[in-house]
Amino acid sequence: MITAERKPMEEIIESVRPYNRILLVGCNECVTVCAAGGRKEVGILSSALQMAFMQEGKTLDIKELTLERQCDPEYVEELVTVIDQADAVLSMACGCGVQEVARRYKDKPVYPALNTLFMGAAERQGVWAERCQGCGDCILGLTGGICPVARCSKRLLNGPCGGSTAGKCEISQDVDCVWQLIWDRMKALGIENRYEEVMTAKDWRTSRDGGPRKIIREDLV
Amino acid sequence: MKTESVLEKVFNSGQLAVTSECGPPRGALPEKVIEKAKMLEGYVDAINVTDNQTAMVRMSSLAACILIKQIGLDPIFQMVTRDRNRLAMQSDIIGAYSHGINTMLCLSGDHPHFGDHPMAANVYDLDSVQLVQTVRKMRDEGKFQGGDDILNPPKMFIGAAANPFADPFELRVARLAKKINAGVDFIQTQCIYNMAKFETWMQGVCDRGLDKKVHIMAGITPMKSVGMARYMKNRVPGMDVPDEIVKRLAGVSKKEQPQEGIKIAVEQIQRLKEVPGVHGFHIMAIEWEQKVPEIVEKAGLYPRPEIK
Repeated sequence: MITAERKPMEEIIESVRPYNRILLVGCNECVTVCAAGGRKEVGILSSALQMAFMQEGKTLDIKELTLERQCDPEYVEELVTVIDQADAVLSMACGCGVQEVARRYKDKPVYPALNTLFMGAAERQGVWAERCQGCGDCILGLTGGICPVARCSKRLLNGPCGGSTAGKCEISQDVDCVWQLIWDRMKALGIENRYEEVMTAKDWRTSRDGGPRKIIREDLV
Repeated sequence: MKTESVLEKVFNSGQLAVTSECGPPRGALPEKVIEKAKMLEGYVDAINVTDNQTAMVRMSSLAACILIKQIGLDPIFQMVTRDRNRLAMQSDIIGAYSHGINTMLCLSGDHPHFGDHPMAANVYDLDSVQLVQTVRKMRDEGKFQGGDDILNPPKMFIGAAANPFADPFELRVARLAKKINAGVDFIQTQCIYNMAKFETWMQGVCDRGLDKKVHIMAGITPMKSVGMARYMKNRVPGMDVPDEIVKRLAGVSKKEQPQEGIKIAVEQIQRLKEVPGVHGFHIMAIEWEQKVPEIVEKAGLYPRPEIK
């Protein structure tokens, strides 16, 4: 899923300071799961903003709404009945949701309340970690199901580098050396002899380097 | 012979090769490069020129290599894949070769996290193994990485690094084999302090006959002080400094520590000369280049062979 974190309160306050009425829009998908922008977080942010404005002797009229999927035009359309009652939208979706609202409501300023971070998985309660960079040409079949593109700090396809120490990356004790994990996994699968095959230079065209990407499924269009 | 590299010629002569390194200055100070290189003149076969080492901005390796070449010495052009993509790397390789530079060292480089621009984008279009593969393709096939023909392809003698002290240890021989598969000609190792561990790694290398496929140069860095030894032991990733080294330096007065450090380095070289598969020494005297001649002489590696 896509993970995100709420922006610092001061930054959010600054972004909505010029407005009296805002529409605070959450999303029921990824950002709900990672507890950043679901219905609950919308409620918390709404109270916090109202309190902050009150302390400055101002009032802020906030309408709260959490859409099923903010990256989907079908659900973003639901804002049509309330959009005119707001001077601006504050979105608690990932960057995709923010942009979908901006695309649909062209004359309405939209501000992000979250920083969108990465595609990841939950490691345990309250901990999410990066797993995929969406390079567009998956190599997990060659690396024991563990991705060096997303999880090696230098995205080395023929790692580990000389900084791998006791299973950790040279940049931090909190970061696993992904090539240690890959090696361990290759051994568990009995395919460690494949390690010596050179993984050749990657074609990054399928990644962001090839320009913004789009999927067109003729069978569904 | 694959190239005109002096280093390749020394290896082919069967003699132990000696290299050292010169870190370019953090400013437009060409005289500093020349001053450092001249300290090494006659005592080494070639001089590595580091490429934004420790992820700090410095004079470019290419520019410093050209300065060294212009005074008649032989630079080894270090290139890290951290700072530029395959277009930039290949154009710099052609540029280097156009200035008569014919020896390279291909590295991934320290992560920007360690340097003075931790906010920089981290390129890694290629990794070090893929850079080796690219340089070999340029030389042996006369083709760019993308497949087009090169007009007068650069003939580089290709080096890479190996760190037998990083984890997982059991993978480190396989990693060398991988670099050999990619086309590496010579290897310079991480600084060696844990002799037993290095010898175990070399045994693994020789058991597989890899020593016949690549020239391995043992990395030597003299300790200036016990403080440096402790720093290297505790703070430098992938460095293995046994307690006995720290104790030995701590056992002499502060004034005598530099000399003790040199003594240790010379003893290491003497011992490593006996290790099968070691074809030379890479002496990295960090900001202490003036001591390299003394180490080379005391280790019995002087004079250097006359190579035509």
